[in-house]
Amino acid sequence: MVGAGPGAAPLENANPLIYRRSGERPVTAREEDDELPDAIDDREIFDLIRSINDPEHPLTLEELNVVEQVRVKVNDAESTVSVEFTPTIPHCSMATLIGLSIKVKLLRSLPDRFKLDVHITPGTHASEHAVNKQLADKERVAAALENSHLLEVVNQCLSARS
Amino acid sequence: MAAAGDGAGAEALAASVRDFVSGQQDGRAAEVAAGVKDGTWTVLQLVEALGFCLENTDPQMRGRGIQLLSQVLLQCYSLLQEKEVLHLVLFYESRLQDHHLVIPSVLQGLRALSMCEVLSPGLAVSVLKAIFQEVHVQSLLQLDRHTVYSIITNFMSTREEELKGLGANFTFGFIQVMDGEKDPRNLLVAFQIVRDLIAKDYDLGPFVEELFEVTSCYFPVDFTPPPNDPHGIQREDLILSLRAVLASTPQFAEFLLPLLIEKLDSELQSAKLDSLQTLTACCAIYGQKELQEFLPSLWSSLRREVFQTASEKIETECLAALHALSACLSRSVLSSDSEDLLDSFLSSILQDCRHHLCEPDMKLVWPSAKLLQAAAGASLRTYHCITHSVLLLLLEQYTKHTQSSQRRTILEMLLGFLELQQKWGHVEEDESVLLSLQAPVCSVVFSALMDPSVQLQLVGIKALTVLGFLQGFLSSSDLELVVDHLVRLALHEEDSQSSEAAMEAAASLAPTYPKVFSGRMVPRLEEQLQSEREESYHNHHSLQQRCLQALAAVSTHTSIVRETVPVLLQYLQKVQKGTEARNTQDMVSVCQSLHRVALQCQQDADGCWYFHQTVVPCLLAMAVQAAMQESTHRLPGKALLEEEVLAAMIPVISAATTHLSPELAAQSVSHVVPLFLDGEVSFLPQNSFPCSFQPFGDGECLEAQRRLVALLMAFVCSLPRNVAIPQQEWLLRELLSLSCSCNCPFTATTAAKCFAGLVNKHPAGQQLDEILQLAMNRMEPSLVEGPRRTQALTLLLWVTKALVLRYHPLSSCLTDKLLGLLGDTELGPAVADGFSLLMAESPDVLHKGCHADVRIMFRQRFFTDNVPKLVQGFHGAGPDVKANYLKGLSHVLNHLPKPVLVSELPTLLSLLLEALSCSDRVVQLSTLSCLHPLLLEAPQVMSLHVDTLVTKFLDLTSSPTMAVRIAALRCAHALTSLPTTVLLPYKGRVIRALAKPLDDKKRLVRKEAVAARGEWFLLGSPGR
Repeated sequence: MVGAGPGAAPLENANPLIYRRSGERPVTAREEDDELPDAIDDREIFDLIRSINDPEHPLTLEELNVVEQVRVKVNDAESTVSVEFTPTIPHCSMATLIGLSIKVKLLRSLPDRFKLDVHITPGTHASEHAVNKQLADKERVAAALENSHLLEVVNQCLSARS
Repeated sequence: MAAAGDGAGAEALAASVRDFVSGQQDGRAAEVAAGVKDGTWTVLQLVEALGFCLENTDPQMRGRGIQLLSQVLLQCYSLLQEKEVLHLVLFYESRLQDHHLVIPSVLQGLRALSMCEVLSPGLAVSVLKAIFQEVHVQSLLQLDRHTVYSIITNFMSTREEELKGLGANFTFGFIQVMDGEKDPRNLLVAFQIVRDLIAKDYDLGPFVEELFEVTSCYFPVDFTPPPNDPHGIQREDLILSLRAVLASTPQFAEFLLPLLIEKLDSELQSAKLDSLQTLTACCAIYGQKELQEFLPSLWSSLRREVFQTASEKIETECLAALHALSACLSRSVLSSDSEDLLDSFLSSILQDCRHHLCEPDMKLVWPSAKLLQAAAGASLRTYHCITHSVLLLLLEQYTKHTQSSQRRTILEMLLGFLELQQKWGHVEEDESVLLSLQAPVCSVVFSALMDPSVQLQLVGIKALTVLGFLQGFLSSSDLELVVDHLVRLALHEEDSQSSEAAMEAAASLAPTYPKVFSGRMVPRLEEQLQSEREESYHNHHSLQQRCLQALAAVSTHTSIVRETVPVLLQYLQKVQKGTEARNTQDMVSVCQSLHRVALQCQQDADGCWYFHQTVVPCLLAMAVQAAMQESTHRLPGKALLEEEVLAAMIPVISAATTHLSPELAAQSVSHVVPLFLDGEVSFLPQNSFPCSFQPFGDGECLEAQRRLVALLMAFVCSLPRNVAIPQQEWLLRELLSLSCSCNCPFTATTAAKCFAGLVNKHPAGQQLDEILQLAMNRMEPSLVEGPRRTQALTLLLWVTKALVLRYHPLSSCLTDKLLGLLGDTELGPAVADGFSLLMAESPDVLHKGCHADVRIMFRQRFFTDNVPKLVQGFHGAGPDVKANYLKGLSHVLNHLPKPVLVSELPTLLSLLLEALSCSDRVVQLSTLSCLHPLLLEAPQVMSLHVDTLVTKFLDLTSSPTMAVRIAALRCAHALTSLPTTVLLPYKGRVIRALAKPLDDKKRLVRKEAVAARGEWFLLGSPGR
């Protein structure tokens, strides 16, 4: 769907394009079978992050096309997850915050065994390298979450929409 | 004597007055009033007795005296004489100039007098004048101000003519009274007075603007009721009350509209909403004249909001306001010299919105389309004006854009405009813009149907349905094309969504064009269904399935039903003769289609009877034939007699029977019952059978015939209650003995259900008692011991259900028997499961749809009667059978309506907590599902048990059963609605424990774990 975004004055990208939400993943008969194991797949990881709220729009990252299923890669056997996200505009100052929200959501939702890699889709942001470095640094992520203001914003992004 | 009595009375009165005035005894007022009411003394005597204090120099004393008089008057005003009223009024008026301490009591007295019916003409006006002149109302206390409003309200309701005599002075006086009012209670009354002033056409004179100012200063209402507010006035009450004032007269328009525009431009959401809603309300009474000056700024504000807002609510209200404005302008009667504002208004809308529809990036298309649609929906004129310009544009845009997603957006907008056309019903041919665009619209819609994108197809199908409903829009060749498209999509489109949508479109269009659908669609489906398979087996099969579904879907008109039913029955016969492995499934599909057809013809008496007459004998004949083949030739494996197929036939026969008129039902029952009791086969088609049909007879070889009791049940249990069943007692006895003696569980259960269904509808009386006694006599010995305990239990359960539903007195005796059997080691578990059968809606018999006698509160009643016994039984039971009681209990709780459950559960909470430790997974599951709503709705009660709950829920997250793990995680999630302070001590432990199910092997479990853990992380954390 294409429509108008919110227009309160100070937004950087006041009128973003809005994309369609993918529906709930349909439950298959296999998933309902008690015995058969279901591997963690790309769609499952995508489902974890697609409903994260954008810090400045009343929209989800999926609706803004910041995250896409094709940019999510998981290898269940080797316990690795890689997520690329695409800021709506190349100078988006929220990029780090969005990356942090994705990272925190995955940390909270995935088993310990996984090694997480959250980074910006190559070539889509002016300070791509700096943001990626921050997101990859465990200590800096931990320190960021000690900051109660930052934690508040991240939690808001992760709260279920009322 | 009288004098002495008077003397004693006077003394008593004087004493009471003294006690009240000097002694400060408030209770005396009631005594004095009672004296006036029963005639012991008069008001005059009271005034005389009060004399000393009314003339006292101490204002407190005077106040007290007047207070007593006013309190008495408030109770006795209806007893006063005209003369007395006159004197009292004059007295009170003069007291208005008195000390401020006295004024509240004076006003109370005047309020009492304002309710007198015998008030002489002129007095009302003089009281009001005095109040306006002497009292500075806004310096009084809230209660006293309220008294003034009450006096005014009283006079307005009884002395309207007199007050109008005051002219605009009355309005002015009132404006001064309410100017500066702050209390919400008083405001509600004051607003009502203003409304009456306007509605009853009082003279506002030159004070229109003042009256507006004195009320509009409260707009937009900003009021939050204090916590524990005893008066119960909500913000919304004030908003609505004020809106009724502001929108009550066009005279306010010149002042109100600028105010609304100003507030609409403010930052405050609530102010915007209130302004928009007020504007919409105003449009109901305004005309062109009032709006003229403000239209450009109104439009620009509305446009800005819709283009920019993030709030759906504001958008909706803006569109409603635009709709109202356009409707208002369309309605206005024009004088000959004024220009038509509607045209210029619409052209400014078009000018501002049209070009957004053509922007290549399509960013503002939706808001623009919504604005245009809101205006177009206001009247036929606006519709013509807007669609005339927009439709053509949209059609052009559709061809310009090539991407499916963009085309879909355009088509959706087009669809919005087409749907508006429906609102105006049938339109004169020469007027309709749409008719002139018939060809391009059709070609756009048809091209959408051919597009590979499913989303575009779906919108296309919706548009097709809308076009079909526009009378005279589609030509007959178009219609044929429509049907061809629908057939293609329904049968060959890979995506099931499109296929289903096409079938539904056919279903809704078929009643309008029955000839086209029966002539063009049905034959194609029939041909496809009869065709031998060419392609792969799988394709062929799914095509057949789609044909069956489409045949059922399109059967929404009697004439089509007459075409499709024979096709379906013929196909059923063909499948029955075949030998393919999929036979069972195919037959079930045919039955499902027949069921849908049956449901669709229920409302139409002719169609219903046709269906019944055609389908029921045919199904019976096929079944009887198959059963006889099996009993004579011992041919095993006739698919038609498999449980699955018979079970699928039950809803068909049932749906074909429930809506029959009693006469026709009686006609049918006189054939079917003799078929089963006497083997009377003559009414069946192709009724030359090799042997006789005796489903109730003895003998090994009759096993297959006995199974057909299922079809008898479907028919006989669905009959309306007032249809008499021939030879009912005999039939009941046969069913009873079949249910107790048959070795096949399917047949025995069906016979028991059939018996129960009939017993439920059987009129009360001796016959019923006898047959129930007979049933008890058969059941009881079998229940105690023997090879048929299970059958006896099944019968007991169904008969109990039949009686519980109708509140039959015997039902409690039967439930007690069941409760007793819970302690039985062999039958106990089955009895516990049986409680779910008792409480649940059964799909085929004993429900409202098949005319069973079902009392609405039976579940609650069963709960109150039996749960204490279940609890008692649980505490008294041995360890090996305790679980049975818990299971029974949880079945009862699970089927109880949620509100009842939440109010009753706290008493059972300790038992439920115990049940969480029970190892039976059914018990675990149903206990968890009982606790879930309780956690959400009674968090205070649950908080007391938080320790147990956390421990048990976390334990159950590692249950071997997936469903239990999911339910436990949901409960762990629901725990977060308990007060945060209660939960915080457990936060770390829960988060650690929930890490394990994050790696569960089942995806559905992981999903719940993620949700629960995420919520626990947010507990007590900033930004939750």
